[in-house]
Amino acid sequence: MAVEVKTKETSEVETEQLATGCEAIAEAIRLADVDVMAAYPIRPYDGVMQAAAKLIANGKMDVEYIVADGEHSQFEIVKHACAVGSRVFVGSSGVGWFYAFEAIAVTAGLRLPVVAICGNRALDDPGAFGTEHNDSLAVRDLGWLLPWAETAQEALDLALMAWRVGEDKRVSLPVAIGLDGAFLTHSQHIVKIPTQAAVDRFLPKFDLGDRLLHPDNPITIAPQVDQDWLMEIRRQNDAAMRSALDVITEAHADFKKIFGRGGDSPFLDEYMTEDAEVVVIGQGTLSLPMKVAIRRLRKERGLKIGLVRLKWFRPFPTADVVKSLSRFKAVGVIDRDYSFGSPYYGGVLYNEIRSALYSQPKRPTIVGFIAGLGGREIEQPMATEIFEKTIAASEGGVAAGDVCHWIGVRE
Amino acid sequence: MTTEIAPAQDLPQIKGVKDVPYEELFVSGHRTCQGCESALVMRHMVKASGPRTIVLGSTGCMYVANTTYYTTPWVVPWMHTQLGAAGSAALGTAAGLKVLMRKGKLKNEKINVIAFCGDGGGADMGIGAISATLTHKEYNCLVLLYDNESYANTDIQLSSQTPYGAVTTFSPTGTSKRLMHTRWKKNVPGMLAAGHPESRYIAAGCAAYAVDLMNKIRKALELGGPTFVHTLDPCPKGWDYHPQYSQELGHLAVECGIWPLYEVVDGVCNLTGPTRQIAEGRKKRKPVFEYLKRQGRFAHFIDEDVEHFQAQVDKMWTDWLIPGVIPFTVPAKDQAILKIDKKTKPLHEEAKTA
Repeated sequence: MAVEVKTKETSEVETEQLATGCEAIAEAIRLADVDVMAAYPIRPYDGVMQAAAKLIANGKMDVEYIVADGEHSQFEIVKHACAVGSRVFVGSSGVGWFYAFEAIAVTAGLRLPVVAICGNRALDDPGAFGTEHNDSLAVRDLGWLLPWAETAQEALDLALMAWRVGEDKRVSLPVAIGLDGAFLTHSQHIVKIPTQAAVDRFLPKFDLGDRLLHPDNPITIAPQVDQDWLMEIRRQNDAAMRSALDVITEAHADFKKIFGRGGDSPFLDEYMTEDAEVVVIGQGTLSLPMKVAIRRLRKERGLKIGLVRLKWFRPFPTADVVKSLSRFKAVGVIDRDYSFGSPYYGGVLYNEIRSALYSQPKRPTIVGFIAGLGGREIEQPMATEIFEKTIAASEGGVAAGDVCHWIGVRE
Repeated sequence: MTTEIAPAQDLPQIKGVKDVPYEELFVSGHRTCQGCESALVMRHMVKASGPRTIVLGSTGCMYVANTTYYTTPWVVPWMHTQLGAAGSAALGTAAGLKVLMRKGKLKNEKINVIAFCGDGGGADMGIGAISATLTHKEYNCLVLLYDNESYANTDIQLSSQTPYGAVTTFSPTGTSKRLMHTRWKKNVPGMLAAGHPESRYIAAGCAAYAVDLMNKIRKALELGGPTFVHTLDPCPKGWDYHPQYSQELGHLAVECGIWPLYEVVDGVCNLTGPTRQIAEGRKKRKPVFEYLKRQGRFAHFIDEDVEHFQAQVDKMWTDWLIPGVIPFTVPAKDQAILKIDKKTKPLHEEAKTA
């Protein structure tokens, strides 16, 4: 649990405390006045359920806390609680996330704004506890919004954003926040905890409107539609995902106004890119070793390098990504995931970025890197290698078939 | 934070057919087969529960054939849930209503929550979630398992509720194997009653005994907490008989002792209807052949198969701790102390005298 280093009022909108990513999310659950949550153990996401249980046991929040009999039940329970108007929270990791997969798929189809965390973890087999993004990424085509957090602070902030954006009637889609296992779920940071009054200004009450399942509103939800209607309904999900970009932008602006945090762009976090010729892009906590490498290589070798961190993978902020990355000579895409047999044997993010840039008249050279799988630390020599290879590509171009590299792997 | 929510609506026991509510909450629009007893269970279920009910329907016949966009038969609010999720759907809905009422976000009133599933969804895939739900005594919800003894919606494949030896598309009879399916039917209500001591109501019913079934639904909702009702539903398509005989086959299943009717109320087991009369020796149990011979799914049976079937059913009545309910054999010296309480009257008799 969080060691409370200080609880002084740092401003009218927040206090500060030392918290892990999981504990920060638990604070967000309290502040959002969540109604129902369902827990089932799997590392590393379950730290958030442990932290929340303590808050409930100590009378800090009033949430219906259900310990389920498996991940499928966990996600079904909150889905149905959401349909009768409850604000809900759930989560899982790795193969647990996959055990819930059926429920995860239908939640998006039902347009129910369930908020989840995916404490990113390598998939069995063989067993591994550490970070890999393939669990979250497996749902990328289903209609879940997928943001990734870098710090415990951003985890809390994104959770508040998640309810606001997911529950917005223009969106009404579930959100799964990616939290890198161990690196973020279980490392402590100083976190600014907003006051209830400030959160209430940012986060409206959840209102399903005429979609509420209640005897006063006797609707039938998800009847059998077959080929008669399914395509129209899919198209509505598509429209919802498209509007999510604007809704996120709006929510981000309000968040900044109220809490003074969140950076310039809701979608991208750029580091030392102003004069950069070559950058790397990735998601989650891998930004930390890359930032250290950028500072070091700029100082030691005078390299003009930087980092772009993608904050939302779904909806994919195509225009922002294109605008940002077109400025550089070369871009190294770091995937903490794999997509066996994909084009150029690249990771998931690599092919998404390439696809986004394909139709641009001026586009950078793209190099792919698979790194840090199974929670392997991205150490400085690996970070250096990533930049060296990306710079080499910017100078000489790359031949097809030699565009994706596994970093730090014993061959 | 501790506002008490009343368990359910005031649902008095129905005294006879004339006392059944006139109001229909499951109307036309469904596409179920002629003679579908499961559709009748749906109709009786919401007739008994009344309009202040939310129904969650798990995938199966009663979803796919029953609930089509623009022609839904449900007058009450209804929502689809996944094949193995009836237990979780009931739990999540009940928990949502409870907390929203406690926090003042919804008007505090009695709303019935019923989740239904077929034998595939309930006895196979979803048994774990139903079991979990029956341990959450703070939530008021009923899980109804409509059992037509096969995956009838997907082409009649065998489930753990398909009777011994029956032909299904996964257990055809052939030249080399007469019987592909040789597992005995899983005893779902008995297992759930034995394993969930805090569930206040677990029952086995049949739509052929409509008033008995409606009263079981009402009692489950009235007692509150997580409850469970299992119905046996003759299925013309899966069992291979003429649709006009559905009610008759329901009666025969009970009269042959294959499907005992009972309820377990706060841990007290009552046999009901003809099952009770058979147990008390007031009615003679019919031979199972009467039931088997009426159905095409048993047409390949030879004497040996019928005998095995009869012997298994006999054992339910002669050896089981509670006939047809709890399947333990106990030593002869313990028989006397382990008899069921015969002072409790069956439900329909209570209704007559009230």
